[in-house]
Amino acid sequence: MNLVLDIAVTHVRAHLRQTAFAVAGVATGVGFSIMMAALMVGSQDDFTRRLVNTLPNITVSDERRAPPPQPAALTYDAAEFHGLTPEARRPGIKNPLATMAALEAWVPGKIAPSVKVQAIIRYANHDVATSVTGIDPHREALVSDLPKQMRGASLTALYRATNAIVVGDRLAEKIGARIGANITLQTSLGARLSAQVVGFFHSGVRQIDESTAYTLTKTGQILAQQTGLINELRLRLADPLAAREIAARIETETGYKSVSWQEANEDLLSTFIIRNIIMYAVVGAILLVASFGTYNIISTITHEKARDIAIMKSLGLPEPTVRAIFVVEALIIGLAGALAGFLLGYILSRGLGAVRINNPFVDTDRLPLAYAPLHYAIAGGVALVSSVIAGYQPARKAARQHPVEIIRGAT
Amino acid sequence: MSLAAPAATAQAAAAPLIEARAVTRILPGVVPTTLVRDVDLAIGAREFVAITGPSGSGKSSLLYLLGLLDLPTAGEVLINGRATARMDEEERALTRLTFLGFVFQFHFLLAEFTVRDNVMLPMRALGRLSGAQMRERADMLLSALGLGDHRHKRPDQLSGGQRQRVAVARALANEPPVILADEPTGSLDSKSSGQVFDVLHELVEAHGKTVVAVTHDMGLAERMHRHIELLDGRVVADGAHARV
Repeated sequence: MNLVLDIAVTHVRAHLRQTAFAVAGVATGVGFSIMMAALMVGSQDDFTRRLVNTLPNITVSDERRAPPPQPAALTYDAAEFHGLTPEARRPGIKNPLATMAALEAWVPGKIAPSVKVQAIIRYANHDVATSVTGIDPHREALVSDLPKQMRGASLTALYRATNAIVVGDRLAEKIGARIGANITLQTSLGARLSAQVVGFFHSGVRQIDESTAYTLTKTGQILAQQTGLINELRLRLADPLAAREIAARIETETGYKSVSWQEANEDLLSTFIIRNIIMYAVVGAILLVASFGTYNIISTITHEKARDIAIMKSLGLPEPTVRAIFVVEALIIGLAGALAGFLLGYILSRGLGAVRINNPFVDTDRLPLAYAPLHYAIAGGVALVSSVIAGYQPARKAARQHPVEIIRGAT
Repeated sequence: MSLAAPAATAQAAAAPLIEARAVTRILPGVVPTTLVRDVDLAIGAREFVAITGPSGSGKSSLLYLLGLLDLPTAGEVLINGRATARMDEEERALTRLTFLGFVFQFHFLLAEFTVRDNVMLPMRALGRLSGAQMRERADMLLSALGLGDHRHKRPDQLSGGQRQRVAVARALANEPPVILADEPTGSLDSKSSGQVFDVLHELVEAHGKTVVAVTHDMGLAERMHRHIELLDGRVVADGAHARV
């Protein structure tokens, strides 16, 4: 065995009880860090997955981010106009099939057209503002998980009645509607339509489940009072994380407002960033406290081994070698603590994952946990680095000791 | 005690292995303490040198200066003709590792290691031999010093004399030409003391080593080739004894 490692292992073995405490400290830090990361990232991933799966990754609507310029402004460079109403445009995406074909040529994913209408659902003295989306059930499977989220019927049930509608389960609960119920839809444009509830869906995102309904495209167009209207293109991408960049390109190419799922949920995603900062701060604090134990044990060993250090230096072991002995000791504690912490973290995560929760606001009865090797690598890496830092100071001090002073003291 | 003239032996003058030129060591402090004052000496090959003097006369301090464990406040120490003042810590450590062997009053063996491991320590630090070669050399040294059967024991399982012989074996591990011993028999009974002295003597006579030993024991000092006497940090006598 290497000399430095040999001496380091011998020292650690000679202080087994103290070393065990230091290792336990590091292991606790690493274990709880892993468990916390599993819980935080697990819940975040679960939520993000729901968002990504429930909604299209990109929604291209017939809106524009900026109002169109006034025709006069296009004609006269120096002119300024005040108090003019922006030009009114006919709702809907112009030439939707051609636009879809153009996008399908380069977008890595699937596209489905739809009609989105804001309406009020009236049923049994309940008036609830709802977002009604007219879809093609066959194409819907390409862009969202709606077919999988259906309860009580499949999405093709929309074909069963003349004006069939699928509503979110929470919305149905709110208005007291059951399958077969005839509800009334009314829009701000004055369109009024009677529709039959043919199924429910449950996305797991509360906001969607209590304010969204789906009909066939044709029904949506009747509500919007415009035949052939397509005012939304909904896209699902092969890589949902690329949505932001692709949405920006679509917007540049088509001129229509193109919103990625990240942009649509920016407030939630920024909350995750704050949550992660808090998580890393707590984890860092735990590991910092654990490193005090390492500092303590290395300081004790260097103090006890002052005479050995002196004799090693007098024999000719250079300062870096002596320093390395104690840094390696800290590393051994860090490594043992990290390995024990991996096991502890895994057990804690498993334990947490086994806990049953009965919360009406949460869909699952288990806590969502993420078992990622990265969490282990980060916690282990931080434990090793903090152990080395904790061990370096006493090691440096020990290696700098003047052997003569210690030898004189010993004799 | 017959002390010759302060001039060193002819051998030392011809090729000094260790040389001190006007070496002074002052301990800084509120009241600075002069440990060694203006010492000039040259020690050559195959010399067996005793450094004596009353307590606080600077014997050990001089030995530490000659062994590069301490740095002079003024003057210069030359090892094998090479000035050491400008050596960095690493160079001094390497010089100690290869050129000088130390034996202290207390054995200073690493308690958790076996006798053989202790002897192998300087060899492992130098790293010039393979593991098998190191073990072979350690066993050879221990056998030569009558400790062949004790190589797997720990230091606390040995007597004082045996431990000190292990310390001598460790000092010889890297075959240094010079052994510096700080009261090597100071903590031993007369029998063990005699055994350790015999070992040191044999190193000079049979193996051509140079041994510089600080001692209070005038009986032992008289049996050495050369006797340097210190008083208040100064060399007051330096001369050759008759060969034993």
